[in-house]
Amino acid sequence: MVQDPFGDLRDLYQEVILDHGKHPRNHRHPPDASHEARGDNPLCGDRITVYMRLSDDGIIEDVAFEGRGCAISTASASLMTEVIKGKSEAEARALFECFHDMCTKEDADPHAHGPVDEDALDRLAVLAGVREFPVRVKCATLAWHTLAAAMTGGLKASTE
Amino acid sequence: MPDTTATDPRCRPQPPHKGLPAEPYDVEIVREDFPILKRLVHERPGRLGKPLVYLDNAASAQKPRAVIDAMTRCMALEYSNVHRGVHYLSQQTTDAYEAVRDKVRMLLNAGSREEIVFTRNATESFNLVAATWGRKFLGPGDEIVLSVLEHHANIVPWQLLQAERGFAIRVIPCDDRGALDLDAYAALLGPKTRLVSVTHGSNVLGTVTPAAEIVRLAHDRGIPVMIDGSQAVPHMPVDVQALGADFYAFTGHKLYGPTGIGVLYGRKALLESMPPYQGGGDMIAAVSFSGTSYREPPYRFEAGTPPIIEGIGLGAAIDYVRTLGLANVGAHEHTLLERAANRLADIDGVRLIGTAPGKAAIVSFVIDGIHPHDIGMLADQMGVALRVGRHCAEPLMERFGLEATCRASFGLYNTIAEADALVDAVQAVKEFFR
Repeated sequence: MVQDPFGDLRDLYQEVILDHGKHPRNHRHPPDASHEARGDNPLCGDRITVYMRLSDDGIIEDVAFEGRGCAISTASASLMTEVIKGKSEAEARALFECFHDMCTKEDADPHAHGPVDEDALDRLAVLAGVREFPVRVKCATLAWHTLAAAMTGGLKASTE
Repeated sequence: MPDTTATDPRCRPQPPHKGLPAEPYDVEIVREDFPILKRLVHERPGRLGKPLVYLDNAASAQKPRAVIDAMTRCMALEYSNVHRGVHYLSQQTTDAYEAVRDKVRMLLNAGSREEIVFTRNATESFNLVAATWGRKFLGPGDEIVLSVLEHHANIVPWQLLQAERGFAIRVIPCDDRGALDLDAYAALLGPKTRLVSVTHGSNVLGTVTPAAEIVRLAHDRGIPVMIDGSQAVPHMPVDVQALGADFYAFTGHKLYGPTGIGVLYGRKALLESMPPYQGGGDMIAAVSFSGTSYREPPYRFEAGTPPIIEGIGLGAAIDYVRTLGLANVGAHEHTLLERAANRLADIDGVRLIGTAPGKAAIVSFVIDGIHPHDIGMLADQMGVALRVGRHCAEPLMERFGLEATCRASFGLYNTIAEADALVDAVQAVKEFFR
């Protein structure tokens, strides 16, 4: 029998990732975004911009991204926009912390950063395969780092 | 350059020019010289390893046994500091290290050994020229000319100096094949131009630039030229006098030598006009607190204990490639380039980036809808080592409107079967993402 040359990578490139990589959700530039930030991973040549609209009480009413990277970074950005829409800034940050742990630690504790949406974390678990490929962790977390930058200092008025 | 190829078993005599040309050398015998080529990658319990198909030579080349042994022998039996001891070993090591300067002189056909400065790598060679020649001779109102093909090593040192000295940087454009636009270049040269610094070969596209013509046009106006030979020296005979180069840089590790040693060739009159680079031991004539005087080139630019062991390794690497003959190496690599480029271009959705005539053996490509990073990772699972990304040449990526490419770069030990393995890997990757 012929050995699947990509056997080791099937856990990383799961169907969900290939799907989101090819057909990213929320891949657009919302005209009414209140915050945005650019993320760059020069090592592999990924560049993305994350846009969001925060309500007065700190709820992420809309989130989207532009730019294309590798399948992992595109899928991660796409999944991120799906799971954080409607969440508060604090909830999104907690989710990022948990997701980051999941991508870097073998037995990450989902409760290490306070209450978190476990359903969202379950959806993000398809990306946990990057743990085995340290150079890809940056790909999986680029969108999240960019989101954090947008939340922290990415008021559109101040960046342009 | 003495021709030693006839006596080397790796090199077959050239046939009379009738019928098909025979292979210039037997690559299978050459491969025996490189221990790493026997190893498998991705080997672990329950999974067979893959033979290594190393196609990242433009980033760094593998080392022949001759280099490994020379460095080991130096450390085991012939090691001491150089240029300062009265004892036996110091003299022996000094002689061996200085003999490498002669080997580099012959490799480049420089006029004299004093024109060969040892550096850490090509990057340091550029930084050295910027920090010494550039700081002395460049100022507000001046211009230097670079090209869009340049590696960051021939951009950023000038930008660092530009912030301090306030000169302007002009850029030679390239056409869609990746060939430099010589008319545009000629138009950039003017009374304000103080230096032209261009690559001899693009690390991304493989374009070999018309360096001699570039020099001629600059010299017509009395402008000196620096050339980045990092991607040329390992693949073709280089003659700095025939080129007319004023400065010429390359690095040892891409020439099958060790990391940590590079070369700056500089025309004697220019080197003599330049202040020291770094201060320290070995570069001084006399030191006192009322004033210090500096040695003549090349030692003026070599402060501190040099990379002795690395230098010995570079010497062995030069002996190695000269024995094979760099023209033979270039001819062999060209067959690999042709094979890979032609077959890749036939694959639906694959686009070659860089199609200038007379290229060195580098193939950059992209595949519609598949990011280079994914291609590189999947190809690696098949044992094929590629470089993906921006290749330290972001202005060039921007010129072609690309975020990244995949790059396969061939060396003297690569085979036609490996060029085919690259094509197979690309086809398998396409299938995976279908």
